[in-house]
Amino acid sequence: MNIKLTGIFLASFILLFNALYAQNNKQPIRQTTTGTSIARGKVVYTNVCLPCHMADAGGVQNMNPPLIKTTYVLGNKTTLIKIVLRGFNEDVEINGQTYSNTMGAHDDLTDRQIADVLTYVRHSFGNKASTIKATEVAKVRAIYKK
Amino acid sequence: MINKKLFFAFCLSMIMAMGLLSFKLIKNDNSVKSHETVSAGLTLPEGFQAAIIADDLGSARHLVATPQGDIYIHLARAKNGKGILVFHVDGDKATLKSSFADFGGTGIAIKNGYLYASNSREVYRYKLDDKNEVINPDKPERIVKGLIDRRTHAPKAITLDNDGNLYVNIGAYTNICSEYDPNKTGCPILDSAGGIWQFKADKPDQTYKDGIRYAAGLRNVVGLAWNQQDNQLFVMQHGRDQLHNLFPNLYTVHQSTELPAECMFALKEGDNAGYPYVYYDWIQHKNMLGPEYGGDGKKLADPKYINPVAAYPGHYAPDGLLFYTGNQFPQKYKNGAFIAFHGSWNRAPEPQAGYCVVFQPFKDGKPDGNWEVFADGFAGTEEQKASGHAVHRPCGLAQGPDGSLYVTDDNKGTIYKITYKKQ
Repeated sequence: MNIKLTGIFLASFILLFNALYAQNNKQPIRQTTTGTSIARGKVVYTNVCLPCHMADAGGVQNMNPPLIKTTYVLGNKTTLIKIVLRGFNEDVEINGQTYSNTMGAHDDLTDRQIADVLTYVRHSFGNKASTIKATEVAKVRAIYKK
Repeated sequence: MINKKLFFAFCLSMIMAMGLLSFKLIKNDNSVKSHETVSAGLTLPEGFQAAIIADDLGSARHLVATPQGDIYIHLARAKNGKGILVFHVDGDKATLKSSFADFGGTGIAIKNGYLYASNSREVYRYKLDDKNEVINPDKPERIVKGLIDRRTHAPKAITLDNDGNLYVNIGAYTNICSEYDPNKTGCPILDSAGGIWQFKADKPDQTYKDGIRYAAGLRNVVGLAWNQQDNQLFVMQHGRDQLHNLFPNLYTVHQSTELPAECMFALKEGDNAGYPYVYYDWIQHKNMLGPEYGGDGKKLADPKYINPVAAYPGHYAPDGLLFYTGNQFPQKYKNGAFIAFHGSWNRAPEPQAGYCVVFQPFKDGKPDGNWEVFADGFAGTEEQKASGHAVHRPCGLAQGPDGSLYVTDDNKGTIYKITYKKQ
């Protein structure tokens, strides 16, 4: 009986702690942390990416590739940033499926917005990869600017 | 202590009750109306039955049936080096007879003793014997070559008329041409895409210069068929995407979900359906000027562009069109059109929709009366449908010699046979 009770106590303590922690995380902070970048990135994702890549990032059969644990999303940052800036016009094969829709360039987004949305994607949908900073986007943008 | 336990138990029972309730609600939502039947996972009008006659074939696109009871199915991508599968159908049983063609694709048709099939650049034909079996599966004759293939809207759906002509859809390889027409001086790709081209059905190795652009300004057509009643080509256009995303000030998310219409056009040579300059608003029943070219959701299109003869909700993706000429189904279906809607992806963030076969009544060779959902349930659960991750997606349609209706699914490669039994 006592062990059970302790268990319940412990569990509720952890839950409470987590809730408080999450609450803290949600509070606006001036400087960019991964948390704030993810929150802003989600807004960009909803407005710009979701119509093609879907709310669950599962993509669309034959057309728009998924963004879940793919080498494109988790891999080289420069390659990924370049896809957003310049669009994508090649067949992609992921897990034996081919996706062939053309993705337009999104160079109208700011460095901050691109960093945020990519950080969001790399931290969501089961993805775990490093954050992307606006300065990194700026560097890639400079390379491809004529 | 006891209180906590009680509270815990109360919470648990509440959760369970809510779960049961939502299950009940969902069940009620999907409840079968008295005039419908459920068969092979499909919801059909009363008296109709569906059977799965083949499964797991790969990406089964269009198909065609012979009077001898065979069906030729074209796979989007060749499987084990074979792009066309031949089954013999006996009742609800389909037996694989053979497979051939080293290319995948969508288009497939039979006319005057030949089987025609297309990939994304070419159209081939195979001579058939008197049992409508391919005589030499390894040596097709290439009828058309060198068509543009830029992956987007690449499949070349085909149909034939009664005067020795072949019609080929060449889809526009873009949503709305904006990347090719930045100054809005006119979409430059329409000389070789975004329309239906006509070629001779029997002349080998034709290219663009041998064909004519039969109808222009069609974004992408997958479902098309020759209407024997009024000897005319009918096509289903896939309407444009992203009105809201591209013009958030002119179109709400909901408007962008429902608009523009998926259109049925009855074509004559020289017609222009207006892509990318116009779109059809099925709610206002008006042909509108596109926002890329000065439209605002209210300005009308130039009347020189033809109007559709029927219109359907946005993004349903019509991939198959068949005029029903059989005698098995009730009289109202005779000479009407079945349309296979592949289902949407561009309705997000609202729920996806489509994934059904629709019946469009016709009278004297023209749509007459409201369309209705004929076969539904391909997508699976409501959740699978809403998310767009449908289990099955209708694509091709064919009529068997006994008047049965075949439907392909290009996701799982399931082939359905729908039949009617008088009550």
